[in-house]
Amino acid sequence: MPERLVVNTAVLLDGYRKMVLVRRFEEHAERSFRRGKIGGYLHLYTGQEAVATGVLAAAREDDVVFTGYRDHAHALLRGTDPNKVMAELYGKRTGVCRGKGGSMHLIDVARAFYGGYGIVGGHLPLAVGAAYALRAHGTDRVCLCFLGDGAMNTGAFHEAANLAGLWGREGLCPVVFIVENNQYGMGTSVPRASANPDLASRFDAYAIPRERCDGMDLEVVYEAARRIVAEVRRGGRPHAVEAVTYRFAAHGAADLFQPYRTKDEIETWRKRDPILLAEQRLRAAGLLDDAQAAEIAAWADRTVADAAAFADSSPPPPPEDLLTDVYGTPAGGEAAPRAPSEG
Amino acid sequence: MAEKRFIDAIHDALHEEMARDERVIVLGEDVGRKGGVFGVTEGLYEQFGEARVLDTPLAESMIIGVSIGMAVGGLIPVPEIQFADFIHPAFDQIVSEAARLRYRSCNDFGCPMTIRVPFGGGVHGALYHSQSIEAFYAHVPGLKVVVPYTPADAKGLLKSAIRDPDPVLYLEHKKMYRMVRGEVPAAGDHTVPIGPAVVRRTGRDLSIFAYGLMVHEALQAATVLSAEGIEADVVDVRTLRPLDTQTILGSVQRTSRALIVHEDNRFGGFGAEIAATIAEEGFRYLDAPPTRLCGPDVPAVPFSPPLEDWFMVDAEKIAAAARRLVAY
Ligand SMILES: Cc1ncc(C[n+]2csc(CCOP(=O)(O)OP(=O)(O)O)c2C)c(N)n1
Ligand SMILES: [Mg+2]
Repeated sequence: MPERLVVNTAVLLDGYRKMVLVRRFEEHAERSFRRGKIGGYLHLYTGQEAVATGVLAAAREDDVVFTGYRDHAHALLRGTDPNKVMAELYGKRTGVCRGKGGSMHLIDVARAFYGGYGIVGGHLPLAVGAAYALRAHGTDRVCLCFLGDGAMNTGAFHEAANLAGLWGREGLCPVVFIVENNQYGMGTSVPRASANPDLASRFDAYAIPRERCDGMDLEVVYEAARRIVAEVRRGGRPHAVEAVTYRFAAHGAADLFQPYRTKDEIETWRKRDPILLAEQRLRAAGLLDDAQAAEIAAWADRTVADAAAFADSSPPPPPEDLLTDVYGTPAGGEAAPRAPSEG
Repeated sequence: MAEKRFIDAIHDALHEEMARDERVIVLGEDVGRKGGVFGVTEGLYEQFGEARVLDTPLAESMIIGVSIGMAVGGLIPVPEIQFADFIHPAFDQIVSEAARLRYRSCNDFGCPMTIRVPFGGGVHGALYHSQSIEAFYAHVPGLKVVVPYTPADAKGLLKSAIRDPDPVLYLEHKKMYRMVRGEVPAAGDHTVPIGPAVVRRTGRDLSIFAYGLMVHEALQAATVLSAEGIEADVVDVRTLRPLDTQTILGSVQRTSRALIVHEDNRFGGFGAEIAATIAEEGFRYLDAPPTRLCGPDVPAVPFSPPLEDWFMVDAEKIAAAARRLVAY
């Protein structure tokens, strides 16, 4: 672990605000789920806020982001309007994917958020290809690819990492793999799922430089990401960071039964709540007092309440949306979509 | 007889087969300590231990691949794929390996494996948790594909699948787990043979062919239609491969009209096989074209509840299609 860091105060304070917003957003989403306003599956990011907040604070706005299905925070931190994120969770027309996707499948291409993916590991080769495309276009943008500890056991992970390592030799693969090791893939702990539970070290097999960081500490994550992103941007070579973190929430909001972990374990990790840590540090540095903390909480609550009100009052998608966007318009052609029989 | 939920019938079949034959192994993501995402395998880990109920890492191609290895090694694996949508990484293992082992070994090897696959929409699962996959696999010689509707069939077909010498895809519609209840023979060894379809309701005016959840919807539609004077023959196809063409043609012979219903999208869907069979072998019985009512041709089931409702085939849509077909 690095020495005590000197992070610029703006980053810490801004990151704290964002983490509070993400936390309150997730808490509200869970309430809406319990009240039947959000259907289906809902996976909360509670506990892991420092990871996406730190990494995305260290990245540029035009850097491309991929993640799994635990994706609300990544969209919010990318600057997607909270109203549109909440409306998507509610399945409304005004959602960022017009209600087609829901919680697990947010996409906001305009903000270079290339999406949350529901097939675990499915997005990893995509991220490597997207990174290649960034270089092919001569840009210095990088691709930030978040994944869970569970995703590292898919074949797709190993296939993608190998190619990233290969292309990286030529400086053609500016991708950062951010492993959010929250200790579990659903109900299976890392040591029960991974023959080598030292997850970061698994990148060694693919010649991808790697490190591990404390994923509960915003400053640590930010500092590591800043360094790594700069390096990847410069060299076009992949890097990996394993952020050691914890999800306080159940795997999904419906999974109340959690026989695989103890209350004690959760309580121990809660003592290192990333928001708590950031708050303590800000207070110790004299950058935050009770009034400011209350003001931030009130702002977050207001933002989230507004988002929920917006989602609530938005219309559902019209029936015809079911059938649109199956095919695009062929270059130079008329707008007529290809009939499936020609596909 | 005892009334059971669909989910309990599946659980009971697993339990009985594991107790009956110690070669039977259950494996998959969180099937052990957690008892499965839907709770189907609850209690098996406690009863049969971790050597026979295996929590695996998250990798479907591996789950199926090692199951095939277990099968050729003399065990009887029953792998679970959490949601049908996740089975695709294992497509290669299923199609290229499991389905071909007997053929290429000239019957020296078989692959007695039953892949349990929760599938289907209507539970707000959205793009990656709602898919129907039967058409991909029913296409493949060497595989068997079953889709139970009643709890009795859920139990009986699963037991038959586990005892079958060949790889079976056992598709369980997840919306039915706690919704569908029915009588299951309590005593004895209740099995249902793989192959025969069953006529759930007889009628003279049209035949409705369905499987899984769609049988439930078709029967409801039949009740509505009956009040209007239209009597539907409802055939629960229940085994897609091998397909019971005799029962299908027998029904068409009685009614002269065939409506084929599935939730999966239409183009190249399993309904095309039934329709083609009827057209080829039952043409002389027909008073109207064999007609399909299927999910729309979109790449995934969308999330928003109204969009999902429009996607799903239900009793109302079936009744409307039946009226049109009868009026043809
Ligand atoms: C290919 C595939 N298999 C299984 C699942 C079901 N599933 C969803 S999340 C999950 C665990 C993923 O764990 P991890 O990658 O650590 O992410 P986390 O939930 O911890 O964020 C599983 C098994 C899935 N979505 N996709
Ligand atoms: Mg995890």
